[in-house]
This record gives sequence, C-alpha cells and structure tokens, in this order.
Amino acid sequence: MRELSYREALNEALVQAMDANPDVILIGEDIGSYGGAFGVTRGLLDRYGPMRVIDTPISEAGIAGACVGAAMSGLRPVGDMQFSDFITLGMEQVVLQGARMRTMFAGQVSVPLVMRLPGGAGTGAGAQHSGSYENWFVHVPGLKVVMPASAYDAKGLLLAAIDDDNPVIFCEHKLLYNARGHVPEDAYREPLGVTRILRKGRDLTLVATSLMVGLALEAADQLAEEGIEVEVIDPRTLRPLDDPPIIESVIRTGRLLVVHEAVETGGFGGEVVARVVASEAFDYLDAPPLRLAGKEVPVPQSEVLEAAALPQLQDIVRDARKLVRNQV
Amino acid sequence: MFMQNVSVEMQPLHLALEALGPDGLKDSLASMMLIRAFEEQVDQLYLAGRTRGTLHLSIGQEATNVGALRALKSGDRFFSHHRGHGHALAWTDSPQRVMADIMGKTGGFCDGFGGTMHMADVKSGFLGGNGIVAGSLPMSTGVGLAIRLRAEDAVCLVFFGDGAANEGAFHEALNMASLSQLPVIYVCENNSYAMSTPVNSAFNVESIASRAAAYGIPGFTIDGNDFLDVFHCVHSAVRRARNGDGPTLVEALTYRIKGHSRSDRQAYRSRDEVRRWQEPDRDPILRFASTLIHGGILDEGDIAALKATANSRVDDAVACAEAAPKPDPSRLMDHVYA
Repeated sequence: MRELSYREALNEALVQAMDANPDVILIGEDIGSYGGAFGVTRGLLDRYGPMRVIDTPISEAGIAGACVGAAMSGLRPVGDMQFSDFITLGMEQVVLQGARMRTMFAGQVSVPLVMRLPGGAGTGAGAQHSGSYENWFVHVPGLKVVMPASAYDAKGLLLAAIDDDNPVIFCEHKLLYNARGHVPEDAYREPLGVTRILRKGRDLTLVATSLMVGLALEAADQLAEEGIEVEVIDPRTLRPLDDPPIIESVIRTGRLLVVHEAVETGGFGGEVVARVVASEAFDYLDAPPLRLAGKEVPVPQSEVLEAAALPQLQDIVRDARKLVRNQV
Repeated sequence: MFMQNVSVEMQPLHLALEALGPDGLKDSLASMMLIRAFEEQVDQLYLAGRTRGTLHLSIGQEATNVGALRALKSGDRFFSHHRGHGHALAWTDSPQRVMADIMGKTGGFCDGFGGTMHMADVKSGFLGGNGIVAGSLPMSTGVGLAIRLRAEDAVCLVFFGDGAANEGAFHEALNMASLSQLPVIYVCENNSYAMSTPVNSAFNVESIASRAAAYGIPGFTIDGNDFLDVFHCVHSAVRRARNGDGPTLVEALTYRIKGHSRSDRQAYRSRDEVRRWQEPDRDPILRFASTLIHGGILDEGDIAALKATANSRVDDAVACAEAAPKPDPSRLMDHVYA
C-alpha cells in the first residue's frame, strides 16, 4: 500500500484540488519558495505561479480578509495561518465577516474558504505557538471545523473542505506532519460531518481528536492486554458534529471518556459529554463521563512542563481504567 | 484641523458632463436628494419607535456617496460601512428595499437578517455594509485578487470612515493591495468625527491621504461635499485601477450633520459648527444644485420637482415597508450554511 506523510497528503490534496479547479488559490505567509512554515505548500508556487499561490506579508487580518473577499467572489481560497495561534489576529475577518455574511445577507452569498491552522503543542515553542483553538470556532454558527488525525483523513478531508461551499476551519497538528499512513493516489473525498469508529470495543467509548487519536489507539492496545476493550472514535469534524455514532457507542459501553489537547474548560469534550448525557444514552451510563484535556495553563516551553500540561498516554490508560473499574 | 485642507479649486462641470451626460448629472442630484429625504424620514421613524436597533445617517455626506459610485459601472463591486444607507440608495435606487431592511421586514435585500448596517445586493456588485470599523478593507483585497485572477474588466471600491484609517486592517489591506497592484479604490469618507473623536485628536499627520505614501500608492484629499470633485477624483482612480496601475487612496472631506448614531447627544461639538456645514456654500446638495443651475443644466423649477419626487418616493417606501410582512421565524436557520 502506498504511504505518505500527513504533510505530503495535504500537499497532494492541494495539488489535486488546484489541478482540477482554477478557482482554488492559496493565500498565506511564506507559502511560496519557502513552501510554508511546515512544508505543506512545497513546490506549489513553481507549479501554479504567483497569481494562485499568493505569498503575503505578515498580515493575518489581511490574509483572512483576502480569503473572505476571494471566496465571496467565487474563488475557493485556502488560507494558511502558519501557526494556529496567529488566527487570533485574523479572527474578526473569519468570524464576524466570513461566518456571518451568508446569514446577514439572507443567503445572497456563500463563502467557500478553507483556513488551515497548524496547531498543537509538543515542539517546545512556548505559549504563543502551541495552542489548540478548535473550540473557539466550534462556537460559531456558519463555520465548519475539521480536525484530521491521519494522513488519509488529512487528504480526504482537505479535498472535501475545499469543495464545501462554507467557510471551513481546518485544524492540523504540527506533530502529525511526519506521521505516515496509507493514502490512495486518487482524489478521494472524506465527507465532512462523518464520525469514524476506529476500533470496536464493549467496555468504554473513548472519543479523541487530532494527535490524541493515535494515543487513544495505543491506550486501547495496552488496555486490551488487561482485558479492557475500548471503542475508539474520532469525530474528525467537530462542527457539524455527527453525534449518533458516539451516542450509540455509549449505549453499548455505558462509559465515556473524551480526550483532547485543548484545555478542558469550554473545550470540545464538554460538548460531547453534554450531547451524550442529554441523549437516550443517559440511562445506559454506568459511570460519570470523563474529560481528559490540556491543563488550565498557557503551554510552557520546557519539555517537562509542556508534557505535564498535555494529556499523555498513561493518563488516558489511567482514566480509562478508573472508568471501567467504577472508581470515578 | 483637517478641514482647512479642503480643495477650493473648482472642478470643471464639462468633464462630468462628458462622462455622465446631462441626464446623469440630473440623476445624481436626484439621488442625493433621495438620500437626504430618506434619512430625514428614517430619523423621524426611529424617534417614533417605528424602527429598531441603531441608525447611522448619511445626511451631509451625499456628494461622496453618489459622486464615488457614479464613477463605477456595471460589473464593478463596492463595499459600504456602518453608515451605508446613502451608498445603498445611490447604487440600487430602491428606497423601498432599503427601508424594508431598516425596518426588519421582508421585501428588502436581506429579509430581516441584515438591517441598517448589513444591507447588500451582491448580484449588482453591492457587497455589503459592515458593522465593524475597517471590516470591509481586508475583504476588498480578496475581491481585487479575484478580479485580477479572472482578468475581469472590473474594479472594487471600498468606503470607510476616518476612524477606520486607524485600524490595523487598513494598513494590512492597503499594503497587500499595493504589492499586488490590485484594482481597488479606497474612499475614506472623512466626516470629521469618529463617533465623538475629532480627526485632529486621532491623527498626527496632515491628512489621511498622506498615508498613501506609506504604501507607494497615490493619495488625494478632496472636497467630499463637492460632487464634481468626488466624481473626478474617483473616476481617475477607477481608470488607473482598470489600466492595471493599482490602488488609490481618496480622502473625501465631508461632515456628518447628524450624530454618530441615535444615542449620540453630540456634546463634543457646537450647534454653530453643525449649522456652518449646513450653509449653502458647504451643503453638498445646495452646492451641486447651484452648479447645475449655473451650468444651465437645470432650473429652479427642476430642482423643486426633483425634491418633490424624492419626498414622494420616500413616503411610498415607508408605506411599502410598513405594509410588508415581517420575516417568518420558521426561516431562522435558512442561511447559516450553504
């Protein structure tokens, strides 16, 4: 089977989208000869030229606004925020303009943009280059939020996001760029808003996003050796959330653990737990649902501090055991 | 004070006459009068509790509204801002639809979802008002990129106020557009106050147009209450943009006769100052009417007839909007996603 890295998979998705549709353009900082801060746009300036690969000055509001304006003009821009943290400088254009415009103007316009946010911690880059902001956008009607955890999904979801007629926030993880996996050559689409069950299990439903999906699968392997069968679920699209597979899973397992890197308070885990608790799965719960998330602290630089701030493999294993052994 | 920089050089009428024809000039005055009559009526409706939300009136800025938009043609695009009734009327000539939007009724542009600050008629090129100061500026870059990529014979004009020129978005947008030589025309309606803050308390430069130098683009300060000055300057800027010569920053000096919004008690300025701007040598409508009379294009009788028409169109618009159905709440979620 053909394998690519997450980075290469994203690059291939961009190439296939740009080959197929002249309306697809890229806008961002250092996306030209540099190839993007993480190499995702490598080779694209040579291939498509400066009219379609627009290497901008350091102007995040300008980039976000250019994406909105291009999208409302019928193009399909893919913006690159370089680091997810920098979207805070472009928030107004994405949220107050791009996400709200279609409703404000009663459907006269659609805004088919994709904003790529390379996010997450684990690189020792400190508090301003390590954030996970997905839930800031999950809270915004009008946006879709996508968070691929594998090379396969990175390509399929990016192609689907570019096809989508709505603004899509595409949350990548910096530690996944080198992760390799099976990636078919054809321009397949993974539809937005479809949750995937990655591993079946009867004892516990473990919902994870982004980098945490790999850890969740490792934890499931370890727990299986103890006789604990974990069902691992990756929602992949956080808004709109395809929740029935999660609810049905909890009905089967009676236990729920949600793991993400972003901090717990106001995080995506709260949304998952709330939907499960408010559903028919409530009567099937054998234990309180748990969240395992980033600590309530700006991500520190030092390796030990950074690790302490983020959910680790052993934390997932520990919380899963507690739930299954009714120690919560 | 910025106001002392007002250009006093009269623009020759014959240039506008060539471009717009006598009917175009007459229509332009009619449009300015429609805006004035409309805004005065909306002001009263608001006081009477017949509209809700907020209200930012264009009274005093009619020459800039109409003069700039008359320099565009079909296929061009423009963005407005929070004080956008004048732009909407000048472009669409549809007081019924603008009134319906302000009243939150159906039959307007946005069926009760937009309101005073969020009107748009996208197909016609009116890309919308905006509730965020400088909010339209970065988007105009994207419209310019689309026009360039598709090699369209079109330009994008973006209106904003003096307050917006102090937002970071202004800097990012103008710099990016200049780098790519995009066909964007920046029209700053310097109406002397950003809410309560006079321009000379918010800028330590001679003019807003002087900032154009920082982006390597032409910048002009013009008399925004002189229709001809506005039309000529924007018309030249549009021509440069169409020729691929990039963006232009136009600073139109004008004056907001009404308060910032309906809640403004206007403690920051004197009644005398406001009255001074309403006199015949400054009021944009009186000035343009006088120019057209002196140019032999209209007579006093024509002016009176135009005014009567404006008033009756506004009365009809109010009646029409009041009779229009309110939006159906079952349609609340219709437009969130495409």
